[in-house]
Amino acid sequence: MDLSVINPILLFAALMSAATPILFAATGELIVERAGVLNLGVEGMMIVGAICGFAIAVETGSPIVGFLAAAAGGALLSLLFAFLTQITLANQVASGLALTLFGLGLSALLGQGYVGIKPPRLPDVNFGFLADIPLIGPIVFSHDPILYVGLILVAAVWATLKFTRAGLILRAVGENHDAAHALGYKVVRIRTLAIMFGGACAGMGGAYISLIRVPQWTEGMTAGVGWIALALVVFASWKPWRVLLGAYLFGGITQLQLNLQGAGVAIPVEYLAMSPYLITIVVLVILSADKSAAPGSLGRTFHASS
Amino acid sequence: MKIKTLLASAAMALGLATSVYADGHEKTKVGFVYVGPVGDGGWTYEHNKGRLAVEEEFGDAVETVFVENVAEGPDSERVMTQMALDGADLIFTTSFGYMDPTINIAKKFPDVKFEHATGYKRADNVSTYSARFYEGRAIQGHIAGSMTKSNIIGYIGSFPIPEVIRGINSAYIHAKKVNPDVQFKIVWAYTWFDPAKEADAAKVLIEQGADVVLQHTDSTAPQAAAQEAGNVITFGQASDMGQYAPLPRVSSIIDDWAPYYIARTRAVMDGTWESKDTWDGIGAGMVGIGEISDAVPADIKEQALAMKTAIADGSYHPFTGPLKKQDGSDWLAEGEVADDGTLAGMNFYVEGLEGDIPQ
Amino acid sequence: MIRLEKRPQPSRTFAYLTPLLAVLATFFFGGLLFAALGKDPVASILTIFWEPLFGEFSFYYRPQLLIKGAPLVLIAIGLSLGFKAGIWNIGAEGQYIMGALFGAGVGLAFYPAESFLIFPLMVLAGGFGGWLWAMIPAVLKVKFGTNEILVSLMLVYVAEQFLASMSLGLLKNPEGFGFPGSRNLQQYDSAHNAEIIVGSGMHWGVVAALIAVIFAYVLLARHRLGFAVRVTGEAPRAARFAGVNPSRLILFCLGTSGLLAGLAGLFEVSGPAGQISIDFNVGYGFTAIIVAFLGRLHPIGIVLAGLLMALTYIGGDIAQSQLGLPAAAIQVFQGMLLFFLLALDMFTNYRLHFGRTEAA
Repeated sequence: MDLSVINPILLFAALMSAATPILFAATGELIVERAGVLNLGVEGMMIVGAICGFAIAVETGSPIVGFLAAAAGGALLSLLFAFLTQITLANQVASGLALTLFGLGLSALLGQGYVGIKPPRLPDVNFGFLADIPLIGPIVFSHDPILYVGLILVAAVWATLKFTRAGLILRAVGENHDAAHALGYKVVRIRTLAIMFGGACAGMGGAYISLIRVPQWTEGMTAGVGWIALALVVFASWKPWRVLLGAYLFGGITQLQLNLQGAGVAIPVEYLAMSPYLITIVVLVILSADKSAAPGSLGRTFHASS
Repeated sequence: MKIKTLLASAAMALGLATSVYADGHEKTKVGFVYVGPVGDGGWTYEHNKGRLAVEEEFGDAVETVFVENVAEGPDSERVMTQMALDGADLIFTTSFGYMDPTINIAKKFPDVKFEHATGYKRADNVSTYSARFYEGRAIQGHIAGSMTKSNIIGYIGSFPIPEVIRGINSAYIHAKKVNPDVQFKIVWAYTWFDPAKEADAAKVLIEQGADVVLQHTDSTAPQAAAQEAGNVITFGQASDMGQYAPLPRVSSIIDDWAPYYIARTRAVMDGTWESKDTWDGIGAGMVGIGEISDAVPADIKEQALAMKTAIADGSYHPFTGPLKKQDGSDWLAEGEVADDGTLAGMNFYVEGLEGDIPQ
Repeated sequence: MIRLEKRPQPSRTFAYLTPLLAVLATFFFGGLLFAALGKDPVASILTIFWEPLFGEFSFYYRPQLLIKGAPLVLIAIGLSLGFKAGIWNIGAEGQYIMGALFGAGVGLAFYPAESFLIFPLMVLAGGFGGWLWAMIPAVLKVKFGTNEILVSLMLVYVAEQFLASMSLGLLKNPEGFGFPGSRNLQQYDSAHNAEIIVGSGMHWGVVAALIAVIFAYVLLARHRLGFAVRVTGEAPRAARFAGVNPSRLILFCLGTSGLLAGLAGLFEVSGPAGQISIDFNVGYGFTAIIVAFLGRLHPIGIVLAGLLMALTYIGGDIAQSQLGLPAAAIQVFQGMLLFFLLALDMFTNYRLHFGRTEAA
């Protein structure tokens, strides 16, 4: 055992990248849930984003266009969910699960011609001398642009929810859709937009896996990240900055266990791997004391006449 | 249609047609049960390439069918039964977890031949087959040990099972032989296939000083991670992963099931099929060694190729004594060669490897 | 201007008509998909829906419908009780795993002793394992008001890790040459959940599913507890006045669904699957949620929905092998079926109203 081989700076830099897909997906889902909708289809939207982004990046040669396509693909798929739950008032849990099933199949069909291809690389942002600053350089100034987009997204979502009228309306719709409706807000329209935003974010998160972290396309490559994102939103008690913290914690535990293994520490991997979920449950219990944490209308169907 | 009929009658004339079958179908039907999607780019992808090779080899004389993403357990039994009912003459079941289901179904269809990959249970109409990947690992170990500058070699394991442990031991023995200071860092991913996790594992190993990364998981994610890091060499796993040559990928182990699938299909066609246990390596062509790229110095490449030849013709066995187990107890005496039984169930590290095999 | 208007009573006509419409719509769009993939659409759909039921080898596939459908129905029945009362257990997959682990663990502990008592003990242990796992979200909800959707979902991942640990460690077959996975319970007579009549597909899990259906039907139609379930779901406040104890209801609904999911896991591991392995769970717990909704949370509906899902799985595999349809196309097809069923269900509870919006 030799713990000195673990470089905490590199570990932190690595976990930032590892956490980015979850961060995107969870931030999107946070908005969806804040609007009072529970979309369990995150995994499906992520994998569709992963293949849309990959395919378009390969075809156009531009990873940035790929990311835009991933966002569009995720949003498009989420429209299906929006139609089911907002227009035809279907149950959200069942619709979300169906969306995941559909998305996994659809992505595999779309991706048939893309196995074994290398996508164009997205170079890291060049910060010049900043990247050479000890400690801060590798952690803050040595990443690809999308990672920074993710961080900006969290800040933007936080600011929007906290300071803007749009954020206020969104929260109102999520807290009590009947009251929001009575005040004249278009509940269905607002929720549909929120769902599409969630889909776009999930799609970006998926593309981050297929274009940057891995980078390749294979069927089922998101391997359950979407479900972790769902857990994360709860862990974060529907607060954007805590999503960031949680994403680093979830991503960090995987990084840490791999690092410890590399250093020769005998650790029970399975038990470490279940710890984020156990921690989430503990956080949930603590939060349940605070009744204001969860959006009041979460998961409930809204119909104007009811 | 005409061409089809023509070919069929031509096959008949050549004595290839199997009119002996009770239900009177003329084509030999070969079924494949896959555990993953054919688009996984690794394990299932290579088995499917073997299936396509069978089709190419025999043309219209055979018909192949496959079902992908078949869960181990009752689903696999149903798929095998369905293939047998539909007239399959030969069924390849390509995952360890299909072992008991294959035996169960083979009992019900004594006239259908079954081939189970990587298992250890056989019957009159069930053969087993597996590849001696450890032979390829020996060559990787040699190249890795010769080329490492940091003397740290990273190894991404999937699950702590004999197959993987054999590979680790084989690679280590041969790396150590050329470089006594070499150290192996082993990380268990607990997955056969999770690109993101494999990429993370590779990055961690590289950050901890490894300049060679060996992988026993099936995606190309570690290759991409190594390429990005620079100055790290890797080896393709399952498929050639040639898109990462010449660097970081300097060579590869390729699962080449095509020769075996063709041979066994032919055996069914001409009625010589028998139940047997096949454990083939480089010699029979089941384990392919991908081209050693120019990033490897000429002398090392030459030695590696010499080792490949020696393993292929049987003059060298990667597990040849003197070898000790990790706890220092004797395993193989000078010149002694490991028996297949011990290798098949290998659950110990050889001397020099650090750490414990997780239980 | 078209808008939805809630029906005063759910429409019986549409309750029967919508599943049929959904299937027809799926035939149409699924057919388009198969045609786009270069396959004969009619043949594809016939292979999926006709072949297993009435084809040449239906004698084999019909029993398989029971084997594939039984765990789905068993789990979905339990879930439907909670769903009716607005109690959301979406962690049945975890309870299924724990049931299998507890049950198989008890069975393997006795190996190689033979006794007729072993299997009943395993059944008890399996049910207990699932019940225990469901009690975690139940107790947390009752004590602290914690959201049971999320706790039960989190516990699925914990259970999956636990399963991996058990198949690589404690329950690993000592004679398995170091490979992960337990002994095969099919080869251990006292622990084997064999078919009751050979070739019929009837194993104890199917029997349990039938009992659960009848039990749920009677409970909902006749028993006070069934009334409590329904009234809590439809009008939570009225339920309080009617003397329903919400805590007890939560414990009952989650406990029952966990118990049934655990039993499903036990019957699967000791019968059709045979052994604990890392990939033992194949998503029955999640699919059962869909089954529960497709069956409109009604016991009979759930049986039909479970068999329909089983049919698409079995027929889908046949279509893969006979027609070369990719597995992904089958998945998309199943997804379509679910979408149409969910979407068209609207017409049962709402009707379209044409004309100008009136003031509410």
